[in-house]
Amino acid sequence: MTVLEKREEVRKAEFYDVGEAALKVSYGPQHPGTGHFRLVVTISGDTVLEADPDPGFVHRGEEKLAEYKTWITNIPHLERPVILDSAGIQYAYVLAVEKLMGVEPPERAKYLRPIMAELQRIGSHLYWFALYGVFLGHATMFLWCFGDREYLVDLTSLIGGQRITHAYFVPGGVRNDAPKNVPQQLVKEFSRYYRMVTGKDLSLNTTDFKKYTVAVCEFFDQRLDDYWDMFFNNELFIARTRNVGVLSREDAIRLGAVGTTLRASGIKYDNRVNNPYDAYPNFRFDVPVGTRGDCYDRAVVGFKEMRESVKIIMQAVEMMPDGPVKLKQHPINLRVSAGEAVARTEAARGEMLYYVRSDGGDRPYRVKISPPSFRLLPVMKHLLKGEQIANIPPIYWSLNYWPVEADR
Amino acid sequence: MSAIVEQVEAKFSSAVVEKVLDEKKLVKVVVSPENLRQVALYLRDTMGFDHVKAVTGVDLSRLLKKENKIEVIYHLGSYTREGLTAEVALSTKVDKSNPHMPTLTDIWPSCEYHEREVYEMFGVVFEGHPDLRRLLLPEYWMDIPPMLKEYEPAGR
Repeated sequence: MTVLEKREEVRKAEFYDVGEAALKVSYGPQHPGTGHFRLVVTISGDTVLEADPDPGFVHRGEEKLAEYKTWITNIPHLERPVILDSAGIQYAYVLAVEKLMGVEPPERAKYLRPIMAELQRIGSHLYWFALYGVFLGHATMFLWCFGDREYLVDLTSLIGGQRITHAYFVPGGVRNDAPKNVPQQLVKEFSRYYRMVTGKDLSLNTTDFKKYTVAVCEFFDQRLDDYWDMFFNNELFIARTRNVGVLSREDAIRLGAVGTTLRASGIKYDNRVNNPYDAYPNFRFDVPVGTRGDCYDRAVVGFKEMRESVKIIMQAVEMMPDGPVKLKQHPINLRVSAGEAVARTEAARGEMLYYVRSDGGDRPYRVKISPPSFRLLPVMKHLLKGEQIANIPPIYWSLNYWPVEADR
Repeated sequence: MSAIVEQVEAKFSSAVVEKVLDEKKLVKVVVSPENLRQVALYLRDTMGFDHVKAVTGVDLSRLLKKENKIEVIYHLGSYTREGLTAEVALSTKVDKSNPHMPTLTDIWPSCEYHEREVYEMFGVVFEGHPDLRRLLLPEYWMDIPPMLKEYEPAGR
């Protein structure tokens, strides 16, 4: 009898022998590192009979706000729901507006945008694993992830001017070009960190932006090997996540799962490949998929995705052509021709969909955001049913659910 | 992708109210609420759309072409069938004075929470929905559904 079958047997015995001993408990509202969220769980003994996710504690009415702001001033506030992956949430909006306007960004912008999106994907995944580690009692992961993330965030701030919320994407390109050189101080800092972590000297005698980016990417790629040994190949982590919260392929399709959750269940679906946009068709990268669909697989798929993102950034800085980065400076009261458009991108947490409708005015008539986290709610409800209370944190964190993004 | 709309039109000629065919932006077929479930079943079983990506409500009353209706749009997608990559949507329009329509949650379980959101934000009642409760707004919310155009946020 495998562990999985045994667990199933125990679960069934408990599940059907409820009697009147069930208890409804409010699990939260709390701030588990990501935003306020509550689960209403019905428990019997140690078993969750039913979980009812209750989002909405950080609802800000972004969609309503978007109807009152102009097309351009919408960009900075639409990135607020998920600041760690603000490129991910702006990207689809900007693509949808471009579709309505009937414009294409210049070639260079088509490479700068994926660089930004992938940098933030890595940053967002690092944040995910940092907190995943903390919630499973593995504080080293937290410190490592945040230490390394710093240099990727520095790159983001060099390109976009801000560490996380940069409002870098505009209809018809990006706001500004990437710098030619990085500050001398940053290279010094990075060399010091490099020596501290690897014990070797970094031979980087230039402040060239391209070379610095490649150096950071190469360092991070090596660093992922350490993560594997420390966290993913760690008995503690495996014991808590292997065969926990198994999502079958059929259920993943039926419940409309997204992102790493979907791919861990064996479905190779990634908008960067299936529905490519900007320069993504020009990059060579893999879409990692899992086989079992448990919490461990979901984490490993996320881990492998970081490696692919590094590949994309390194290719993009090499392939990036010279030239303008935006069509023209749009006025703040830009008018967009009437119509409706949908755009989808692969944000860090999965598929981001925007429906944008215009009636020809200087403000959108309707902006609908369908964030990946919101689409994970039925999955969470399904996975928690019949689990032990102690398995709620691993399952919750394995989904990479971000309450603020789901609530908007 | 417009072939999908043509096939739907051939099969349910009387049901199709309106259509939008723009491969790049959106391929949308608007049907009457009575025929919505039939068309949805056809799209799922014959066309292979296995999940709903989003359910969008749009209050049409302040558009240039005024209609006192709410449009409910189901954005469809497929994980199993190759080639269904365009933005395909199935939609219906309900009267604003009496917004009732059948649910599609039993056809596509992925739209359970999306329909709850539309119920809360637009007041559209999905008949047959297993768990039609409020979702995002606070419990003490007593005003009209906030995404309707009549609702003006404070301070605007």
